[in-house]
Amino acid sequence: MLTLAITLPIVGALLLMFVANKDGAKDALVRYAALAFSLATFAVTLALWAGFDASAAAAPFQFVERVPWIPAFGIDYYVGIDGLSLMLIVLTGFLTPIALLSGWQSVDKKVKEFSIFMLLLEASMIGVFCALDIFLFYVFWDFVLIPMYFMIGIWGYDQRIYAAIKFILYTMAGSVLMLVAIIGLSWLHQTMTGEYSFDLLKLYELQIPESTQYWFFLAFTLAFIIKVPLFPFHTWLPDAHVQAPTPGSVILAGVMLKMGGYGLIRLAFPLFPEAALYFAPLLATLSVIAIVYGALVAMVQPDMKKLVAYSSVSHMGFVILGIAAINVQGIQGASYQMIAHGVSTGALFCIVGMLSDRRHTRLISEFGGLKTLMPRLTAVMLIITLSSIGLPGMNGFIGEFLIMLGAFKWDPRFVVIAALGVILSAVYMLWMFQRVFYGKITNDRNRGLPDLSFREWAIVGPLAAVAIATGVYPNIVLKPMEPAVQRIVDRIQARQPLQVEAVLPPSMRPKPTAPVPKTPGATSAVVRVAEVRP
Amino acid sequence: MISGQFDAIIPMLCVTLAGLVVLLAEAFRGRGEKMPLGGLALIGLVGAGIASVLLWDNGAESFNAVTADRFALFVNLILVAVGILTVVFSSQTIERDGLPAGEYYALILFAIVGMMLMGQATDLLVIFLALETMSISVYVLTGMKRDQQRSTEAAFKYFLLGAFASSFFLYGIAFLYGVTGTTNIERMSTAIAAQSMSGNPMILLGIGLLIVGFSFKIAAVPFHMWSPDAYEGAPTVVTAFMSTGVKAAAVAAFVRVFLKGLDPMIADWAPVLWWIAAATMIVGTVVGLAQTSLKRMLAYSSIAHGGYILAGLVAGNDVGKASILFYLAAYALTNLGAFGVIALLGTRDRANDDLRDYAGLWHSHPGLATLMTFFLLSLGGFPPTAGFIAKWYVFSAAIGAGYYGLAIIGVLSSVVSVFFYLRIVVMMYMTDRDARPVPPPVPAIAMAALIVSMLGVLYLGVLPTRLIDFAQASISTIF
Repeated sequence: MLTLAITLPIVGALLLMFVANKDGAKDALVRYAALAFSLATFAVTLALWAGFDASAAAAPFQFVERVPWIPAFGIDYYVGIDGLSLMLIVLTGFLTPIALLSGWQSVDKKVKEFSIFMLLLEASMIGVFCALDIFLFYVFWDFVLIPMYFMIGIWGYDQRIYAAIKFILYTMAGSVLMLVAIIGLSWLHQTMTGEYSFDLLKLYELQIPESTQYWFFLAFTLAFIIKVPLFPFHTWLPDAHVQAPTPGSVILAGVMLKMGGYGLIRLAFPLFPEAALYFAPLLATLSVIAIVYGALVAMVQPDMKKLVAYSSVSHMGFVILGIAAINVQGIQGASYQMIAHGVSTGALFCIVGMLSDRRHTRLISEFGGLKTLMPRLTAVMLIITLSSIGLPGMNGFIGEFLIMLGAFKWDPRFVVIAALGVILSAVYMLWMFQRVFYGKITNDRNRGLPDLSFREWAIVGPLAAVAIATGVYPNIVLKPMEPAVQRIVDRIQARQPLQVEAVLPPSMRPKPTAPVPKTPGATSAVVRVAEVRP
Repeated sequence: MISGQFDAIIPMLCVTLAGLVVLLAEAFRGRGEKMPLGGLALIGLVGAGIASVLLWDNGAESFNAVTADRFALFVNLILVAVGILTVVFSSQTIERDGLPAGEYYALILFAIVGMMLMGQATDLLVIFLALETMSISVYVLTGMKRDQQRSTEAAFKYFLLGAFASSFFLYGIAFLYGVTGTTNIERMSTAIAAQSMSGNPMILLGIGLLIVGFSFKIAAVPFHMWSPDAYEGAPTVVTAFMSTGVKAAAVAAFVRVFLKGLDPMIADWAPVLWWIAAATMIVGTVVGLAQTSLKRMLAYSSIAHGGYILAGLVAGNDVGKASILFYLAAYALTNLGAFGVIALLGTRDRANDDLRDYAGLWHSHPGLATLMTFFLLSLGGFPPTAGFIAKWYVFSAAIGAGYYGLAIIGVLSSVVSVFFYLRIVVMMYMTDRDARPVPPPVPAIAMAALIVSMLGVLYLGVLPTRLIDFAQASISTIF
């Protein structure tokens, strides 16, 4: 089933290669074929969701498939998902058709190649989220860069080449050190047990010496926080986003940034628990800087796309904060926030893309008073804006709230600063909304702009619906994730007591978190949210 | 006689015969008559390939100086593949460039004989013989375009520096002989192991001189100066041949001499090679950044790849030995493909190897551009290509031996190298074509060869198991 989800887009891409390539209106076949394959993949991911057993008693990883790949080194094609991977895979399946649709107009040359890259991207992202063999994980992780590089470089805006190269070099520089650490881990496994293994679940059980943990943790974490991206490694993001074509931005912000958060939760933290506890305060500090810094920089952007890009830096800072808290609420909040941010930021990029399709500019100053011209687009934008700033009842709220709850249990000081980010996000988003949509029509060239077309409804409709639905009923997302998150937190906490106390000076020691009872529900984030929501 | 002492040299005999036949055929060729000389060369190469496969389980040895162990046969098969691809690419370019076909093919074949002997020789003097056979043929091939200044200059430079390196090598052999009393690699190893020689200045000097000789042949820093000039000046197909065949052969001999003959001294030479490997990776990639000629760029890239291979040698463990073999195979396919594309885009007057010549290639030659992209991604070490698995393999060896520093230098330099590979991609895909003439159309057979190499690159990237197993089996019998 998982293999189907990975191979279906690849098969689609291969088939597309044999379709004649014509630019212009006749590309319909290529476009529809790509859309059909991405929708079919989405259907597969939904089927995975439907077949997933979310109860705590169920197997940790489901839909497991395992085939030896390079037996000489214990490398397997080994995939399987828990609730966390499941939701990210569904998000990938959901956003890819939307991204394809969002490029229906703006991508008008070499449509065939574009569609091929898009499908390859989807396949490799799904691969990243379900790989249980870290070699396989790395293969997918690294491969993701190639289609994205081409997408930015060929279909992007004026500075696209610079942005594409910066993107690929920046992210690769982080990843290759992770490769060294991955190889190091397999050798460690070989020395300790006598056999090579890249099996994640076996590596979890490895007792890694503490000094080694620190180095390996740093190598993994560097790769992931560049991807997220965390301050001060975020500088590739605004370039990549601004230059990427709309579908590229949607996938980049919607799914690719999540690969970083996912990697931290799945690999870096549980593999190296002592190091994770040691470095958590540092990561949290960087994350609150990112939250506030991203928000402040977003506020002064004249370009809507850049504004959304910096808002991503801020929102993804929350994700890191939640992970660094290392408790159920924090990590569950981080996971939820990744989904929520994927939906809302994906939608924001789509809407900016629609405005840019119409006017070929994304400068806020070029717009104003669009509400009278396009009331429907304005309404949708309002929903998405509110979701992005985290209005209760919308998806953005749940994630940020849970993260702050988790972080508060750990160290309230971080929450104080992070809360500042929540306020600032309201400032920059609403201010942009006001300048673009309210007031009088300030620019005559905006007169006569059409409202949402059917295709555009098909893009923003589902996004807005999901933003509201998961906000009102967050358990639909939180429930499957809960056992997975619980297990990861248990794994990290289990190593906490002795070693950390011995290593850290008291001032740097992470605040002991409340012992987490195994019974789900007692401290379950799911229940808390239900209590708090109005 | 067949089941006798000549078994081990059958692959070389096949190639030699083919070379002689090509020369004779050329001599009897009428003016203007077309002859399938390339076909004759292919027959010889295929024969050598079949012979190598048949000898796989045989363990033949001839004259106490030439062996046909699996390690050598593995290298032989790489060389056969290199030879076949070279001949196929040449079939078009010879005519275009007006090169003398008979001499050309014969020299290629004789060079391959030398290369095979490099891998098969178990005696230092025979290795020297092989080195000269290979080198002299390649010097001539480099200068094959006699009417072009650059080609002649390249050949002359290559020859002078190569002659120096050979004498270093020979001098090194003399020292080692002086200390151990033998030039046979195996006996040398036992002689060294029998008496502790660590710190003996004579043997250290001998090892040092051998390192210089080998480093020159694989273009390791600081003995790489000749390679960009030679690679740029030589006809492009010859460059492809040199950068893969010569390197593979020299590495094979390097591995055999150092990991078998001088293995007891590993603590002495490993640190030296560590520095050479690190410098080679760094210089190859960093200087490569500044190049605007594709051939020079790939010359520096091939220097850097030599550094990655050396990392496996420094590691010196079983993984390292097998990884070198895998790397050579992956690198040969990839680099031949990349140079093949460049060769096909050239014309008689110009090599068309300037970066600007590739602007908008995707629009004029979508197929070639796609193939080139695969090769470049493989050179850059992206999954799912052979280059990725190869890099992972050698770095795995280095890390397994505890050389984290070398592995980190390696992966970071490969990120740097990605930058210049991507410059070519940027040109092909993201830049519009300027007013230069559209390159010539590509003949079908060369295209087929390119597609085969690309499929090979993908195959080794997606399903490397079989070759990895082969590589492991190849080293298990001799080390």
